[in-house]
Amino acid sequence: MNAIIITAVWGIVMMFGGVFFKQKSKPKYWAITGLILAIIANVCELIKQHPFIDVNIKDMLSFNSFNLTFITVVLLCTLLLFLLNGRDIEKVGNNVSEYFALIFFVLCGVTIVATFNTLLTLFLGIEILSIPLYILTGSDKRNLKSNEAALKYFLMGAFSTGILLMGIAFLYGGSAGTPSFYISNINIGEGKMPVMIAIGLVLLLIAMLFKVSAAPFHFWAPDVYDGAPTVFTSFMATIVKAAGFIAFIRLFEYSFGNAQQQWQMLIAVVTAATLLIGNLSAVFQQSVKRMLAYSSIAQAGFMLLAIFALNEFAKEGIILYTAAYSLATIGLFAILIKMNDYTIDGFNGLAKQQPLLAFTATVFLLSLTGIPLTAGFQAKLYMLIAAVKDGHQNWLVIFAVLCAAISAYYYFKVIQAIYFKENNSTVNQDWDVTPAFKILLVITATLIIVLGIFPTIITDWLHY
Amino acid sequence: MPINYYIFLALALFTIGVIGVLTRRNAIIIFMCIELMLNAANLLLVAFSKLHTATSNIATAGSDAQIFVFFIMIVAAAEVSVGLAIIVMMYRNTHSVDVNFLNRLKN
Repeated sequence: MNAIIITAVWGIVMMFGGVFFKQKSKPKYWAITGLILAIIANVCELIKQHPFIDVNIKDMLSFNSFNLTFITVVLLCTLLLFLLNGRDIEKVGNNVSEYFALIFFVLCGVTIVATFNTLLTLFLGIEILSIPLYILTGSDKRNLKSNEAALKYFLMGAFSTGILLMGIAFLYGGSAGTPSFYISNINIGEGKMPVMIAIGLVLLLIAMLFKVSAAPFHFWAPDVYDGAPTVFTSFMATIVKAAGFIAFIRLFEYSFGNAQQQWQMLIAVVTAATLLIGNLSAVFQQSVKRMLAYSSIAQAGFMLLAIFALNEFAKEGIILYTAAYSLATIGLFAILIKMNDYTIDGFNGLAKQQPLLAFTATVFLLSLTGIPLTAGFQAKLYMLIAAVKDGHQNWLVIFAVLCAAISAYYYFKVIQAIYFKENNSTVNQDWDVTPAFKILLVITATLIIVLGIFPTIITDWLHY
Repeated sequence: MPINYYIFLALALFTIGVIGVLTRRNAIIIFMCIELMLNAANLLLVAFSKLHTATSNIATAGSDAQIFVFFIMIVAAAEVSVGLAIIVMMYRNTHSVDVNFLNRLKN
């Protein structure tokens, strides 16, 4: 509850603060302050299991260790994004404090989506999260690519909202007993589903797959991630996607958990398709930004394994995956922004010019691939263990491992360009690489390695 | 009047909306079709609300769906304001609202 209140209030503060901030660099510090406040308040709530202010929300949101840990991870990743890319957000356009305000509103949506207890709050959370993102995607107003990305994202997002609402209406109509929107109330049994519930389930599934950009509803993602300003791509591809998964896992665990046998095969097929399409398309990309967009689809395929398995391991794994994937991707995007040329050739010879950047980029790429000793390895391991423990579709586990092997190809192509190719200047002189930036990158890389050795420092919080 | 009529009407509206989104090329018309989908959901929710009120002996049964409809209307209005702004922004740059124009990112 603390996080929702603080992010919403701070969003409004930042929005009106835009009138008063004369210097362009001021909003960044305000945003960082607000985010630190939100993190502290949220950790307090996690430890005490009680919010500062008691708000009667009629049980429409529920807060437990799982949600609160996820929110903490997400807020910390956003803080890292602000610290690494604060100056890049200032360079997107003139309305700096509005961008920060919109990011705060997205964070408010993320907290609602992570804690929803009724379909009403799910819908509101998804909308609060999406609408500011449409604006952020189109924030580079003169750039046609940004316009196109915003329009595409908006149309696809609104379309999936329509499908979501239709699914909710069918679930409501089909639910036996006292009808209500509470997800535990919808809880359907193991037996054969009524037709209306089945339609509702499929429509909700499609809407959620749209939101997390899983195949066959992934086609908007590469274009949108490519067109949006790179800072906001970094935010969208990590934090927002993870929030989509938390909503997905929450909805399916509480509402449809008992009927898992009936939809599990569907999810298995979708997971396999997402892994295959994401990885194979990423292989052929020349631009690193677009490659990362496809790789985010591939990583979404791995995260779908959590929804497929839906057990304790999956829940621990999804938080670990969120942390591992967000840290690595935010770090990699932060380096990418500093490059002159976004193609893979643009990375040629980075090791000679910026050895530290080259090293940290390598750690991030190794983590995304899932090499042991990095957080990405542990995250993938948790997902695979969850799927094996489930024990119904073992072919999916083998398939996922094979796809992870494919992913090594395109991630290592970047590492190869960094270390084994000679070329001229790579880092853009306009984007100065400050010592603070380097220190932050090293901290991020260290975090990834620490999480890779001791994954329990995150997962223990779930049982706090 | 049986509930089936309302379900079929809502499904018909929803299908028209989906087909419109998938086939039309004008951004504004796609947008109108999306609104049609939202309104089909609204209609269905209200119909189910009425059904639950009629069949249940609790006086307030089904009222939550009507409140949900208000939320949908408000959110749709918020979405329209952002969406139209995006379409206007695109029109300023390209002097067209044709989504076929938008294939620059592909290559």
